[in-house]
Amino acid sequence: MTVESTAGAATAAVPELVQLLTPEGERVEHPRFSLETTPEELRSIYRDLVLVRRFDGEATALQRQGELGLWASLLGQEAAQVGSGRAQRPGDWAFPTYREHGVAWCKGVDPLNLLGMFRGVNHGGWDPYEKNFQLYTIVIGSQTLHATGYAMGITKDGTDDAVVAYFGDGASSQGDVNEAFTFASVYNAPVVFFCQNNQWAISEPTERQTRVPLYQRAAGFGFPGVRVDGNDVLACLAVTRWALERARNGEGPTLIEAFTYRMGAHTTSDDPTRYRIADELEEWKLKDPIERVKAYLVREEWADQEFFDAVDAESEQLARRVREGVRNMPDPDPTSIFENVYAEGHALVDEERAQYVEYAASFDGSEEVGEGR
Amino acid sequence: MAAENYSMVKALNEALRRSLEADPKTLVMGEDVGRLGGVFRVTDGLHKDFGDARIIDTPLAESGIMGTAIGLALRGYRPVVEIQFDGFVYPAFDQIVTQLAKMHARALGHVKLPITVRIPFGGGIGAVEHHSESHEAYFAHTAGLKVVSPSNPVDAHWMLRQAIASDDPVIFLEPKRRYWDKGVVDPLGEAPAALHAARVARPGRDLTLIAYGPMVKVCLEAAEAAAEDGHQIEVVDLRSLSPVDFDTLEASVKRTGRAVVVHEAPVFMGMGSELAARITERCFYSLEAPVLRVGGYFAPYPPSRVEETYLPDLDRVLDAVDRALAF
Ligand SMILES: Cc1ncc(C[n+]2csc(CCOP(=O)(O)OP(=O)(O)O)c2C)c(N)n1
Ligand SMILES: [Mg+2]
Repeated sequence: MTVESTAGAATAAVPELVQLLTPEGERVEHPRFSLETTPEELRSIYRDLVLVRRFDGEATALQRQGELGLWASLLGQEAAQVGSGRAQRPGDWAFPTYREHGVAWCKGVDPLNLLGMFRGVNHGGWDPYEKNFQLYTIVIGSQTLHATGYAMGITKDGTDDAVVAYFGDGASSQGDVNEAFTFASVYNAPVVFFCQNNQWAISEPTERQTRVPLYQRAAGFGFPGVRVDGNDVLACLAVTRWALERARNGEGPTLIEAFTYRMGAHTTSDDPTRYRIADELEEWKLKDPIERVKAYLVREEWADQEFFDAVDAESEQLARRVREGVRNMPDPDPTSIFENVYAEGHALVDEERAQYVEYAASFDGSEEVGEGR
Repeated sequence: MAAENYSMVKALNEALRRSLEADPKTLVMGEDVGRLGGVFRVTDGLHKDFGDARIIDTPLAESGIMGTAIGLALRGYRPVVEIQFDGFVYPAFDQIVTQLAKMHARALGHVKLPITVRIPFGGGIGAVEHHSESHEAYFAHTAGLKVVSPSNPVDAHWMLRQAIASDDPVIFLEPKRRYWDKGVVDPLGEAPAALHAARVARPGRDLTLIAYGPMVKVCLEAAEAAAEDGHQIEVVDLRSLSPVDFDTLEASVKRTGRAVVVHEAPVFMGMGSELAARITERCFYSLEAPVLRVGGYFAPYPPSRVEETYLPDLDRVLDAVDRALAF
């Protein structure tokens, strides 16, 4: 077993960045991480990337139109998410933050499910067992502990499933994340810690969180860490597959730092012009995760214009479906507030529900509840 | 500079600026408080004027923020901590409850922790989960902490300056849905009241509405509406949740004979429970009705599209007022 994050690597001037596809779309080999892909698989990867970006763009537009209260865009992080998402088997679990729309897509979650919480009609609401995709977690870092505990359960059950825990560069500072590393290490849990270092935690650059490259943190906890080009979908796929194999084989956790860039604002509420310079954005535009796959497909003549047009058309179809779906999402019934507070019910909840229903009924025939405000 | 029409955000910003100018030991620390000026812009411009050493963008770790603020205070600094949203104070809760609140007692008074913890709190802004919590009872329940919540820009300005000047730890709860309300603030003037004094926001003789932070405005509107029906409602803005100015409450309720407490937090085990009990103890023979409470339901804060149902509004306050008057 090679451990990248040994003291030797930690002192290296330039940290190793695993790359299999250059920004220009050239396929390069890596001594440790190889990947066999068929033209068909590559076309499918391209399709995922384009559809995910189109969905994300539509959600941003829907927020601007007032259909969503907020949106956290994944723009620029498509490769990290599609690569790591496609590396998972159906039995594997993903524990996302609030930005893993591309992972959700790969797990087969209907994108419309993701939009409920951003519209304000629920707090997530999908059944995580359906696609092995846990609910979005807003409290930074919490889910890494849940992922680790879930992985500990897999070990107890003796199956060869594994878990991917998603988090950001900012989250790497949280106690929960560092505790997750400790538990995963001590119990040799089959979990892959997938950190998307998109260079920013709202307005704070990664230097505000760490003085060493994040992947090197793993060494101190006793498991390997790898930095991968987060805009290279093939490298993300290969390295995540490798880490998941390790987990399945009882070799324990891995930290993957996907080095990428948040091309948009933190969320639609954010104004990045207050804290970062446009040059940085321009530089990262040249490393676009989708363009390089397209260039590769074209160079190898594995896809023609007809294919690209078809994917574009499909993405427009998806956008339309999402747009209509969101607009038709009904507001929850007020009494839903009292539902699902407990699995076994609670007398006070029942009492307050009854009080509310009676109170609301007192407005019947006169005026709407809450109109006076 | 004379009196200016400030939003609550600007009033708080100006209070931080004055405090930073007055005492070189005062520090501001939190997530995104530097160049960004905080997600609500309460620290806007401070980084430019006071620099990295005093306006500190911290790593993303609330326990770390709180714990290091305590260390800085031990070293003689006066940290003003910003927690980005109410729902994110919990990672710091251990440091607040086990250390911040108790260290003065543990050290038999040899240690002072003059730390202010600013937290935007409460709902009504259409936010996603964890951005609309009203957790004041947790803090008020903890001896060693002082807890205050302004309802308007003038109080926001002066109470923040007083909180920072205090040698005790103060949890400073900012009603985020009132951040953009305006008020005339004169930073060169005098504080209108002591930090822990309640204020009669509107006099009346038929019933006392008691509220703090975001609900004061709703209660004032309710009093206005009740006046049209011939009821004179007194509104007391509590301002301080620990300690509570029970003398002002007692004087008011002894006059009106009726009290309704309003807050966004769930009624069960909320501030209203303690207030109702104390008022009953102090004013038993003056009460014409039981002290009623209006608040959030015993359920997780709901998705924003139904938050208007969860939050006490004019109608629910008036409903309680009517019930109390009918007793
Ligand atoms: C415990 C906690 N503190 C603060 C926040 C507010 N907040 C939301 S996202 C964010 C930055 C997260 O940065 P990072 O982990 O790098 O993820 P990214 O948003 O860049 O994907 C902050 C501070 C939060 N959600 N939870
Ligand atoms: Mg980030």
